[in-house]
Parts: sequence; structure tokens; C-alpha cells
Amino acid sequence: MFLRLVYESFRRQKRRKLLAGAAIILGVGVATAMIAVATDIGDKVNRELRTFGANLVVTPQEDTLDLQIAGVDLKAPSDGAYLDEGDLPKIHGMYWHNNIVGFAPVLPVVVNVGGATNVTLLGTYFSKDLSFGREEFQTGVRAIYPWWKVSGAWPGDDSQDVLLGERLAAGLGRKTGDEIDIGSQAHRVVGVLSTGGVEDDQIVAPLAVAQSILGRPGAVRRLYVSAVTKPEDAFARRDPKSLRGPEFDRWYCSPYVQSIAYQLQESIPHSHAEQIRQVAQNEGTVLARIKGLMLLIALAALLAAALAVSAAMATALFERRGEVGLMRALGAGSVSIAAIFFAEALLLAVLGGSVGFAGGAMLARMVGRSIFDSQITVDVVLFPIVIAIAVLVSFAGSALAIRRAVQFDPVYALRGEA
Amino acid sequence: MFLRMLVRAAVLRRGRAAAALLAMMVAAAVTTAMLNLYVDVQAKLHNEFRNYGANVIVLAKNGQSLPGHALQTIDSVLGGNGVAVPFAYVVARTVDGQPVVVSGTDLDQVRKLDRWWSVTAWPIREEDALVGTRAAALVAPQGQAFDLSFHGRTVRLNPVGTVRTGSSEDSRIYLSLSEFENWTGVKPSTVEIAAAGSAEEVDATVQRLAQALPEAEIRPVRQIMEGEARVLGKTHRTLLVCVLLIILTAALCVLSTLMGWVFDRRRDFAIMKALGASERLIGGFFVTEAAVLGAVGAVVGFGIGVAIAAWIGRVNFHAPVVPRFAVLPEVLAGSIAVALVASILPVTLLRLVQPATILRGE
Repeated sequence: MFLRLVYESFRRQKRRKLLAGAAIILGVGVATAMIAVATDIGDKVNRELRTFGANLVVTPQEDTLDLQIAGVDLKAPSDGAYLDEGDLPKIHGMYWHNNIVGFAPVLPVVVNVGGATNVTLLGTYFSKDLSFGREEFQTGVRAIYPWWKVSGAWPGDDSQDVLLGERLAAGLGRKTGDEIDIGSQAHRVVGVLSTGGVEDDQIVAPLAVAQSILGRPGAVRRLYVSAVTKPEDAFARRDPKSLRGPEFDRWYCSPYVQSIAYQLQESIPHSHAEQIRQVAQNEGTVLARIKGLMLLIALAALLAAALAVSAAMATALFERRGEVGLMRALGAGSVSIAAIFFAEALLLAVLGGSVGFAGGAMLARMVGRSIFDSQITVDVVLFPIVIAIAVLVSFAGSALAIRRAVQFDPVYALRGEA
Repeated sequence: MFLRMLVRAAVLRRGRAAAALLAMMVAAAVTTAMLNLYVDVQAKLHNEFRNYGANVIVLAKNGQSLPGHALQTIDSVLGGNGVAVPFAYVVARTVDGQPVVVSGTDLDQVRKLDRWWSVTAWPIREEDALVGTRAAALVAPQGQAFDLSFHGRTVRLNPVGTVRTGSSEDSRIYLSLSEFENWTGVKPSTVEIAAAGSAEEVDATVQRLAQALPEAEIRPVRQIMEGEARVLGKTHRTLLVCVLLIILTAALCVLSTLMGWVFDRRRDFAIMKALGASERLIGGFFVTEAAVLGAVGAVVGFGIGVAIAAWIGRVNFHAPVVPRFAVLPEVLAGSIAVALVASILPVTLLRLVQPATILRGE
């Protein structure tokens, strides 16, 4: 009897059920999408923050002081120590290598170029093919410095071609396609580089070109690494030497900028890795603000969705006072009447909630795809939680209406007097 | 008569009217809060990004010094909307003849500009120096006072603190500008500026600086500007999607409540019709009722929404979101529109039904 009542109610009152169901579908859909976006936005924004460039720098352990003023390196090229280029692919063997967006070695040398003396030539990787074990990967400045713009073409990493910084090119009166003499060798200018930084006054060349000018094959002055990190907390700042056993493991296995620096030092011999505080320290604050904002907005969305669902449920029930009156006149107790309506609400919430969850997941994916070029996946764990919330909210919406309907005198209800 | 009907309808059915009004208010509040946030969040996030330090650099051309009035000119162009810090550099020698970069600057301003500097202690007195961690290992491993010479003139400095940044600052020694100028006679060659505002505002600042200081080169720092634009753009677009979804949900909530409210009163409708009221009058009555409800809900909701936005601003950005009254007409129009739709729909449906059927309670 109970089941039949519920079944018939769904069969005969399609319009009302559809309206309430639509509210639940929309509410749950919005809630799911918002929860998914709010929980995932941290990751997505963290990736976007990598557009600020490298957050770690690796230098030789026994290095002399940098003599840089406004980006011009005054250090004698023979001075100081070097890293070995052959060690670089080992970065791919690190525990957190998946968090490494890219790295670029640099080797500045000072050269004379027809008419201009003491020009810095920066040797680096543009998009170099490297292999570690059986893994092949590409890395270089194109991956870690997205604001570097080239008019013309990027040089090949194994070529002798170079890029001219835009101010230097203007000063020398050279353009793409020209040949320039660096030392005694002619190099083709394949593009003009614009970075808005000191590179605009420099020549940027493949690393091998700088090494051969310097006469030190395999030498690298510094290595810039861009890594996705977890915002620093008090635990991250602890000295790894003071940590014991499991604590050290936890520190080592968290992608803090400090632990990634520690691992870089491990994988590259005789090196010292340091966070670039300008980039690394500010990521955390920006990330925290954006995450906090999205969390609060997700809360507002949940509130709005809950209100919409409970309002729809209440409205649907108000319309059915006559039915309640009839049931009461036929001798049904308030418990069994409430049971019927709650069962209907449960069914609606589960059905509508499932459809809404699927819709919300699709919506979240679309948001991720169109805004961040990567997917926002909705965790399946969320499904029972969302359904439970949907059931609770529709119960809450129905409860008041049911209470009032049950208390209402059946005589008035049947006469249609509200 | 019309007015009296409106008032009596609201007073006599307090419960349902209050429920509809509540839904209206909540929806308007949420919408207001979201619109306020959406407009203001850009400015708030721009502020956060100023922690990244300078986004504009003023450089003297060809390695010269900047003219003496440069800093005042820059400050007047900025007009308080930013921090400008002068830097002067020389390469000095230590006692062993090792070269080291020494910089004279306004350390109080640096503290504001470069908040990521990890400094053990900021210098207070003139002869105090802030030493980069790598430079400290060379010049003052035990933290003792040390001598530096530049063009035959020697100065004795007291390293009160060290600075760690992970970039070239670690190899430098920082002094107060006046002490630096007394010693070397070199004037600042660089001014680093953190200009506040959106990308367009910063661009405008760059233009004005270029006009005010033709003898210097003005360079926007693209690393900072582009990263900021990109992260902000994506956040803003995500926010837009979320705000639209929330407003849609809020509108739906109002729609279903109001529609229920009007449907619920089909007996009033039938009685009026049976008593000979024209359909236009009845329709007008219901529509006016809904519009008034929408307007009242919107105004009250606006107040609540502004408060919510201010609270979110305080909690998340530690600065309240300034209420934007420009949003009020939009919220008002939106609320009334939704209320109208919510009343016109059931009224059109009711029109098709014979009053007798409704009055019989079917």
C-alpha cells in the first residue's frame, strides 16, 4: 500500500514532481560543480603561478660572489665554480620530478659583437631533448619563462643560431636573418627576443655555443628550476637535519620548496639549491587568498542551492494539502503520512541528485577545460556526500510543510480552504 | 481599493507572504554579495600581487646616474599609489681585494617593497649594513665589523643583519643611501617601483613616468605583469562562472517560491473573477503584488548582501569590500523581473481555468 501510494503519486503528478526534481537537479548540479571547482582551484592556480618563472636556483657549492648590477654580470668568466651539464637529467630521477615544470641551465659569457663590447651572451636550453633512463623529456626556458617572446624563430638547441635581445638588436641595427660575428665565428640571428628584463640587452644562445666560447664543455653557471610546490608552513621551515625518522620522511615527501631544494642538492653533486624567495614566498599568499575566496563563494552557492531545493519541496507540498486532508479523513496517522512524503522526497532527492551530480561533474569539467586548459575531475567520494546533503535538504524543506499540512484540520483542507 | 487589497493580502497571509519575501531577500542578498565581490575582487587581488615587488623599473641610460629630482618626480607621478625605492650600486673591494657589490638604498622603503626578503635584523644606525647571506660568509663570517674600499676611500661597516632572497641580493651589501653617497659619491641609478592598480593603470603610470623623466628608461617588469594578468584573468573567469551559477540558483529559488505563493491563492483569483473583476485587474493585482514583494526583498537583501561581501572581504583579504551602490539598480531590476515572471506564469495558467472549478476545490 505504502509503495503503491508513492508510485502512484509519481505516476499521476508528473508536473509537480518534474518541477521539484528540476530544482533538485539544478541545486545539486551547482553544488557539485562549485565544490569541485573550489577544491581543485588551488592546484590549478598553483600551476598558473608557475608563469612567474623559476622558484628555485641551483648554484655550485663553492661559488664566488655574484657581481650582478641591474642584471649585468661583472664577474670574470674564469671566476668561480661550475655545475656539470651531464648531471642535469638526474633531476628527472627525483622523488618529486613530476612537480618539476621545467628547468633551464644558464652560462653567461662576455663577448664582443661587431661594434659593441662587453655584451653578455647567455647560453641556455630553449627546449632541449633530454633523456633519463628510458624517459625522454624536453625542457628549457620556453617551459619556465612563458613571458619570453620571440619575433622570428626559436633557435635549435644543437644549432649555432642565436637570439638577440630587442634593445641590443636595435642598438646594433641587426634584425632576424642577419649574421653576426661573435669572437671569430659567424652566427645566424634567427629571432629577436623580448622579455622586458635584462635579456633584452643580451644575446641568448644554445648552451653549447656559450660553452665553446668559454672553452669549458659541460659547464653550467646556474640552474633555474620551476616546481609546483605546497605553500610553506612551520613544518616546512624546520631544518631537515633536526628531523628524525618518520618526521623526516614526511618532510621529504611533501612538495615544500625546501624539500625540493634538498632533493635537487641530492641529485646534483656539489650543488647548493635555494628558493627564489620573490617567487616562492608569494605563491602561498596569493594561493591562500584565491582558495579562501572560492571556498566562501562555494559556501554561498551551497546555501543558495539548499534554499532553492527546500523552497521547491515546500512549494510542492503546500499544493497537496487536500491529499493530506483526505488521508487524515480516511484515518491515516501523522507518522504514516509523513513517512509517505519523506519517502517521496528521498526518491526525488536520490534521482534528481544523481542526475544533478552528473551534470555538475560535466559543468566542472567544462569550466576546467575552458578556463584552465586542464580537467577538473570530480571525486567519486563526493557522490554519497552530495546525495546525503540533497536528501537532508529536501527533508528539511518538506518537514515544515508536512507538519503544517498534518496539523491542518482535514475538513478545511478537503473543502479547499487554506 | 486596489491598494487596500494589496495591503490586506500581505497582512492577512503573513506566513506565506513572509516566506516569499524571505526567499526574495536571501536571493537578492546572495546576488548583491556576489556582484560586489566580483567587482571588487580584482582590486583586492592586485593588492596581493604587489607583494611580488616592483612591476616597473626606472633605469638611468648608459650606466649614468639618475638626475637628483628623479625620485621626487616619480613620487609625484605615483601620487601615493605605489612605493618607489632608489638603488645605487658600486663594486667595492674587501680587505683581501675581493670584489663585492654594495648598494645604497632607502631600507625602510625596501622593507615595504620587497616583503619576501628574509632579514634577521634591519639596520637602524647610519654605519649599520645589511649583508647578503653569501656576502656575509666572505666579509664578516663572525659578524664582526668590516672594511670596504672604493676608489681609495675606506669605510667601516657594522653588519647588524643578513638578508636571504635566493637571488643576486644574497651576494650584496646594503647601506643607507646617505651613508653610501658620503662614502662613494655615487647617486642612484635605478628606482624600483611597485605601482598599484590594474594592468591598464600600471600602463598609464608607465606612460606618465616616461613623459616626466625623458632622460631615463622606464621598463615594466613583464615577468610580474604577465604572471599577474594570467592568474587574475583565470581567477576572474572562474569567479564569473560561479557568480552566474549562484545567481541562477537564487533566481530559481525565488521563482519556485513565488509561483507556489500565487498558485496557492487561486481561490482569491477565482472569487475575484466570480465577483466580476476583469482579468486585467486581477492580473494587475497579482503582478503588482509580486513586483512590490520583489522590490522590498531586493532593497533589504541588498543591505544584507553588502554586509556579507564586507565580511568576506574582511575574512579573506583583511580589507572590507567597499559597497557598490551601482549594483543596486541591477539587483532591483533583476528581482522585480524574476518576481514578474514568477507571477505572470501562474496567472496565465489560472486564466484558462473556470472559476467554478477552482472554487469547488479541484
